[in-house]
This record gives sequence, structure tokens and C-alpha cells, in this order.
Amino acid sequence: MTNLLLATVSADAGLPLGITEGGSWLLRNVWLIPFLPALSFVGILTFGKRMPRGGSELGIAAVGIAFVLALLTGAAWVDHRDNSHDQEVHVAVVAVDDAGHGEESGEAHGGGHPSLAVQRTATWFQAGGMEFSVGTLVDGLAVMMLVVVTLVSLLVHVYSTDYVHGDRRYTHFFAFLSLFSASMLLLVVSENTLQLLCAWELVGVCSFVLIGHWWEEKPNSDAALKAFLTNRVGDMGLLVGVTVLFFAAGSALPGRFGSFSIAETNALASSGMLSHTALLVASCGLMAAVMSKSGQFFLHTWLPDAMAGPTPVSALIHAATMVVAGVFMIARMYGVFFEGFQIGGSSINLMAFIGGLTTIVGACLAFVQRDIKKVLAYSTISQLGYMVMALGVGAWTAAVFHLFTHAFFKACLFLGSGSVAHAVHSFDMKSDMGGLRKHMPHTYRTFMIGTIALAGLPPLAGFWSKDEILVGTGGWGLLGGTGGNGAYTLMLGMGMLTAALTAAYMTRCVYLTFFGEFRGHGEPHESGPRIIVPLWILAGLAIVAGFLNLPTGFQLAPGSLQERFGHYVEPVAGYFPAISHATPSWSLAIVSTLVVIGGIAASGYYYFVKLEVASKAAGTSLTELADGPTTRYPLAAMGYKLLDNRYYLDHLYNGVIADGTKGPLARLANRINQQVIDRTVNVVGETAVKAGTVVYDKIDQLVVDGAVNASGRASSGMGEELRKVNSGKVQSYAAILFAAATVLAGLLIVIV
Amino acid sequence: MLLNQFLLLSAVLFAIGVYGVLARRNGVLLLMSIELILNAVNINLVAFGAFQATVGGEVFALFVIAVAAAEVGVGLAMVLLLYRSSRTIDLTTVDRLRG
Amino acid sequence: MTTLAALEGMDRLSSGDVLVAQNVAFAIMAITMVASALRMVTTRNVVHAALYLVIVLAGVAGIFILLGAEFLGVTQIMVYIGAIVVLFLFGIMLTKGSFGDDDGVTGERRLMAGLVGLLVFGVMAAALVESFADAEISRSAPSTTADVADSIFSTYIIPFEAISVLLLAALIGAIVVARKD
Repeated sequence: MTNLLLATVSADAGLPLGITEGGSWLLRNVWLIPFLPALSFVGILTFGKRMPRGGSELGIAAVGIAFVLALLTGAAWVDHRDNSHDQEVHVAVVAVDDAGHGEESGEAHGGGHPSLAVQRTATWFQAGGMEFSVGTLVDGLAVMMLVVVTLVSLLVHVYSTDYVHGDRRYTHFFAFLSLFSASMLLLVVSENTLQLLCAWELVGVCSFVLIGHWWEEKPNSDAALKAFLTNRVGDMGLLVGVTVLFFAAGSALPGRFGSFSIAETNALASSGMLSHTALLVASCGLMAAVMSKSGQFFLHTWLPDAMAGPTPVSALIHAATMVVAGVFMIARMYGVFFEGFQIGGSSINLMAFIGGLTTIVGACLAFVQRDIKKVLAYSTISQLGYMVMALGVGAWTAAVFHLFTHAFFKACLFLGSGSVAHAVHSFDMKSDMGGLRKHMPHTYRTFMIGTIALAGLPPLAGFWSKDEILVGTGGWGLLGGTGGNGAYTLMLGMGMLTAALTAAYMTRCVYLTFFGEFRGHGEPHESGPRIIVPLWILAGLAIVAGFLNLPTGFQLAPGSLQERFGHYVEPVAGYFPAISHATPSWSLAIVSTLVVIGGIAASGYYYFVKLEVASKAAGTSLTELADGPTTRYPLAAMGYKLLDNRYYLDHLYNGVIADGTKGPLARLANRINQQVIDRTVNVVGETAVKAGTVVYDKIDQLVVDGAVNASGRASSGMGEELRKVNSGKVQSYAAILFAAATVLAGLLIVIV
Repeated sequence: MLLNQFLLLSAVLFAIGVYGVLARRNGVLLLMSIELILNAVNINLVAFGAFQATVGGEVFALFVIAVAAAEVGVGLAMVLLLYRSSRTIDLTTVDRLRG
Repeated sequence: MTTLAALEGMDRLSSGDVLVAQNVAFAIMAITMVASALRMVTTRNVVHAALYLVIVLAGVAGIFILLGAEFLGVTQIMVYIGAIVVLFLFGIMLTKGSFGDDDGVTGERRLMAGLVGLLVFGVMAAALVESFADAEISRSAPSTTADVADSIFSTYIIPFEAISVLLLAALIGAIVVARKD
């Protein structure tokens, strides 16, 4: 049932949206992909306990089929992107004074055939003269996300059958993995912001449930609550943003209150028909949501604590999929952000700044962690900062491509850490790990591949995506390599610094885990195939995924393979703003590689050289030098303390803000409760008792009982008298009979 | 002859019969008063039959006589039974149904 | 006058003559009957009451004959006086005529009975006078036994059979009720 909610007008009138209602069956029925895991969620909850493998079969089957469908949809999209001749949808808008403020579709931004996203809607409900719809909007971005989410989810499902085996809530875990997959898939194909919001909240709920999987231990439930509540803070921003956009769109569309449709809103924003203030406010609101969901500074505090959940959950949700929902949303609503933050032609804006800040903050914090998962969590924060920064400087394809590659190598790293933890039964690097490359060769190799990809050494995937981001900042002018959307030199600096830091802390992590001597207890051994195989699949993807988006001018590759990712994913449509693409630069690539190698060298020197020497001297496996920089330089010590306390942000949130409002509020509430409410209740009670007594004495006893007694006495009196009629004498009966009959006869005669 | 005179005669006899039924103590005398009533009714019937020049009144009266005969038979049997059980047929003493 | 109007359509033999002899006969019989009836219900002697009943019954028979119901008149004498009064006398004898001179009923009861009787008579008289003010019974030939028989065995055959059963039932009932066992 398709409802054309857009007032379709002819092609030469109205605003072209860059979407179409036609398309292949797969593209139009993409709702099946979220539907299957949703079905399996219900199925697992209903039947899971009775199934031989506790419901995991259902989950794996559903996600597996969804993955196959996603691949087929991807193929269908590739075909559609190049060969589609479907009718484009236009929407009627109010007249504008200066025509041609924005670009029209059909005129390619980057040249070539316009990409028409396939939209399909159905009416959900009607209220207040407005129709609310649900629907799917399938374009390259959505298709890419579908493939990534289903693939990682499938691998995590398989991994979990080993990792969570024998757990107290095995079936429940798989049920919520399915629900999460369904919600995330729903989010990426949402056609309107309302549906996006619902799916957003739903993934938040699933995150809460899955983080708190072992809620019997208080730290776990605390972590789950922290995640949910911090996300809530950001979601206020999402609500504000969506509402502002709704009404802003309404001012430009004749005869309608507003529009939740993503395509419409973006097209209107890109053509300059929405007021700049509204766009700015909406962008800030949406930015707040991104900050909480995607762990940007300063709402990132929940992400490291979320590592309390099982490792597959961390891999799926807090590395590859859920946390990138914020990035995805920016990418989806890019028309709004591009105009709202004036990304084209500036040198700094809010999004880029927060993104850049987050990269550095996350990278710094990753240095001081003992827990391997927390290292990876801060690394995730840092990489998310990269993506947001890239979006902030206008490098859309770079950000999305980095999202794509990051999903693979970060999931690989997380699952690898899980494999290690499975073997040594702990996550603490300093006290329980070390020298594991001898005991766990597969885990070691895949972890190394993931590390190299993360650090960004060529030719692994991370190098290509990170380099594209750095180029896209537009701050590098040497030897060609320019033409970005602005001159974001500061962001370039931040990006370079973080590249070095990333390499450094990952070297530390690798050393503490896999090198040196084993510091833990027991005999660690390699994990089973259900853990190893997903690791190798992800590692393989981490190696080759980079080649999907080779930059133009890369002579070593045939021309037809260049920029494939960008071609298919980046929209060329009315709903996408006119962004310019930076020219890749060889010099920048070389410099960034050198920076990365520098970072590895610095960290490697500390660990592989000096620490090894000190360990051999001390005879045990040391994890840090006794006379390192923090002991020698007081500044370094202060810096360390700052990092160790996570910038005192947790103190700020819990101690100052929460307690500060909680205390007085609690006292006030107590006073109201005792004085006002309780007293009212008591007074009401006493009054009721008094009223009851009066009623009882006066009314009940005297009036009511009196009446009842009187009627009783009257009855018995009358009965006494009437009893005398029953004399038993036949003749008196006969007399009465005769008299009555006669009277009746008389009456009959008189009347009739 | 006026119809009314027969009817009024019948009415008088009926009324006297009613008085007798109500006022007599002796059971047998009560039955006799009932006979009086029945005869009054018979006069009524026959008068109307003659008035309408039909033989139906007469036939009806015949049947009433037959019924009266049956009734007297049974009634006297009951009085005898009463006499046998309580040695008296004074109806004022028969008040077992007294409430 | 409604009943009168209703009777208009019926077959009436017209007659304007005042039949003096019949009226005189009626008057004599009527007075005798009423007087006897009154005596019957007031006498203390049981046997006297029975005999007064006989007079009343004879008078009734005479009225029947006056009205042309000859068969009925004879049947009245035979059945009523011949059988029923005898039955009464048997009953009186068997119950020892008990209080042949009963000390009479109490005054209160007689008053009540009298009132009821008067009420009955009053209502009936009022109704009769109002309804049949001047209706006359016209002179006609008395009905024959053949007519009566025809009527019984054709039109009223079912009541006839029912009466037979009734008499049988009464017979058996009386025997059952009164037998000594």
C-alpha cells in the first residue's frame, strides 16, 4: 500500500527531490530486511527456550537471510544507480524570490548520472489533519549500512554462540541481539525523521538491555543506566531538532503543517528555502543527539562504562553499528547540516570542532587504561570523532567510507579482545595478560591486522579512509591536494596528531597483551572455530575494504575501480547538498604515513625496547617503567592524573549536577509529602470518620432503623388484625366470597 | 307476563338462599339453602328460554338438576363423614383452617 | 337498556294481551315460594326446614309449567322432591337431626348474612330492572318432550355425556367418602 504523501507535481514545477517511487522489487521491499530479525525476536522469545540451541538458530537464520537480502539489494542498487530511468518525484513549494539558489538534480555535482533514491511509504495514522507515514528510503548510504549491519550482526551472532555459551540468559541475549539488529536496520532505511526517532530510541533500549545483561552485579546495571540516561540527554536535542525541522519545512510547503520526510527536508534545506536560524537550531539539536549516541566529547562518558556488557555486544553495538547511528544520521540529514553550520567555505564550525576535540580526547584517554576493552572503547570514541570531524569539514564520502572500514576492523579488534578474555577470563591487560602470541596465534594475527588497519598504515583499509578525511579538510595546500569545502587547517592538525596517538596507544595495547611474559593464571589456549572464523572474516575485510574507494589519480589501479564506493554511495540528488570534493594528494599520504610510523616508533621504543630491558633485569614481566616520564616530569604526572580521572567529567556529572539537583529536590519532595500530602490525607480521613459517626448515630439508628422497625411493627400489627379473617369458618369465607362477587358484578354492570 | 317478574322472583330466592348459606349452622341445612340457590337459577334459565322461544333454557335447567343431584349426594356423604368423625355437624365448630 | 336492544333482533313472539289468569297464578305461587323460603332459612326445626323446602320446590315446578317447560316441571318434582329431599331427610336422620332446635345463629352473623343477601338482591334487582324493563314473554305453545329430547341428543349431546360421567363420579365418590372401613 503506497501512499504518495508528497504532492507530486510535474517535473518543471516544484522542487526536485532526487527520489523516485519506482525501482526493482528488492529496492522497494527493503522493509523485509528489518522485518526478519524482528520476527526472530518474537520467535526466540516465544520458542527459544524449547529449541535445541536455545533460540540462536532463529537469530542466526534471520540475520543470515537478511544479510543475503542486503547483498542482493546492494547489487540491485548498483544496477539502479547506473541504469535507472524512473520518474523523479517533485514537491510543490512556495515561490521563492531568487530562483536557482541551490542546485537542481540532473546536473551532477560530481558528474554523471543522478542517483535516485527509492522511496516507499505507507500511512501509519492520521491525526489533527496530518498524515503520519512510515516508509523506506533506499539510497547508496542505506544499502551500505544494511550490508555492514547485517554482516557484522551475523558474525557476532555466530561468535556469541561460543562466547555466551552456558550463560544464565542465553536465549534472552539472542532475542535482544535480534531486536537490536531489527531496530538498527529499521533506522538505516527510515524514510522520515519520526521513524528514525523511534528506531533511535529502540536501539537505545536494546543497548540498555544488552549492556545490563549480567545485571545481578550492580556495576553492570549502573553502566546500563548510565548509557541510557546519557543518551536521553542527547535525545532531547533530537526531539528539538526534528520538531524545528518539521515546522521549518512546513513554512516552505504550501498547505501543509510540516514534513517529517527526510528527502523533502534535505531538498528544501539544500535549495535554501528554509530559514537559516531554523536550520542552525535544528543542527545544534541534532548535534546534541549525535554527541550522546556517537560518544562525542562531552557526552561520551557512557561508552567506556558500557564495556560492562558482553564482548559481542560491545563489538556489535558500541563499535560497529549503534554508535555510528549518530554519524549515519548526520550523513542522512546532510542537507540540513551543510546549510545549518555553513560547512562550505568556512574554516571552523561546531561539528568539525567537536569531532576534532573528540578524536584527541579519546586517543589521550586510551593511553591510561588497564582494561583492553576500555582501550578499544576510547579508540572507538576517537574514531567516531574522526567521522564527525570529516562530516564537519564537508568530506561526506570520506566519513561514510571511514564508517564502513572502521566497522570491520573495530569489530575485529573487539572480538579479538573477547577471544583473549575467553582464554584468560579477565580483561585486565596489566595483571592477567602478556605473551599471548605464543598461546593464541590466530587471535594474535587478526588482532595485529586490525591494529594496523586502525593505525592507518597502507595498504590496509584504515589508511585509505583516514587519508581521505585528512585530504577533505582542505587544509593541506602543498603540492596539490586542495579544493575541499573550506580551509579547516585546525582539523587537519587534530587529525594528524590523533593518527600518531592512535598508532601509539594501539602499540601499547598490543605489547601488553601479546608480548612479554604471561602474567596471569592458568593455561590460556586458542578459542574455538566459532570465534576464530568471524575474526578472520573481519580481518580479511579490514585488508581489502580499502580498495573499494581508491582515490582518482591512483595510477596503480585500473581507472574503472577508482572511487567505486563514492560513486555508489554518495547521492547525486536534490536532497543532497552541492559539496565539492578535494583532490587527493600524494604528499599528504606520505606525510600521514610517516606520522603514523612515528607514533608506532615512539610507543614501540618505550615498550619494546626499554620495558623489555627492564623486565629482563627485574626477572618478571613488567608493564610500566618505574622511572617513566610521569615520575620525572610533574607536568606529565598531572596530565596522567587528569586522564586517569577521565577529565573529572564523571565527577562533574554525578557529583555536581546530579547530586546538586537531587539533594534539594529530594528534601523539597519530602516536605511536600509529609506536610502537605500526608496531612491532607489525615484530615480527609478524620473528617470521614466524624461524618460516619454522625451518619451512624442520627441517620442510621434513628431514621433508617426507626423506619424499618416501624414498618415491621405495622406489618405484624396488620397481620394480627387480618389474621382474624382466617377464622376457619367456612361460612365467613363464603360471605366474603359472595359479597365480593356481587360487588364485582355490580361494577361490571355499571361500567359495561 | 313480564320477563322481569320471573327474574325478580329468581333474584329473591337467590338472595334468600345466600342468606341461608351464610347464616345456617347445621350442615344439612346449608346444603338445603344451596338447593334453593340452584332452583332460583333454574327459574332464571327457563324464563330466558321461554323469552327467546328456545328449548335451550329448559335443557340447561335439566342439566343443572342433574348436577344438583350429584352435588347433594356427595355433599351429604361429606356431612356424614364429618358427623362420624366429630359427632357434630355444627359448622361453627369446624375451624381447623383457622389461621 | 343495552340488553334490551340486543334482544331486539331475536325472534320474539309478539303479544299485547295481559293474561290475567297466568299472572294471578304466578302471584300466588311467587308469594308462597318466597314465604316458604324465608321460613326455611329461619326455622329452628330441621325437619320443618326440609318440608318448607318441599313447598318451594313444588312452587318452582309450577313456575316451570307456567313457562311452558312441562317436561322440566315434572322432572323437577320427580327428581328434586322425590329423590333429593328424601336424601336430605336421610341425612337428617343419620346425623340425628342434631340440634333440631339449634339455639340459632348469633345475631352478628345473621346481620352480616342478611346484609350480604340484601346486597346480592339489590345489585341483581337493579341490573334486572334496568335491563329488562318491559320485556314480555309471549304466549306460545309449551315445549314438547320431543323437542327437549331432540335438543339433548343433538345440540347438547356432549354436556349430556359429561353429565353422565359426572353422575357416575358423584356416585362413586359419595360411596367412597361415606363408607365405613
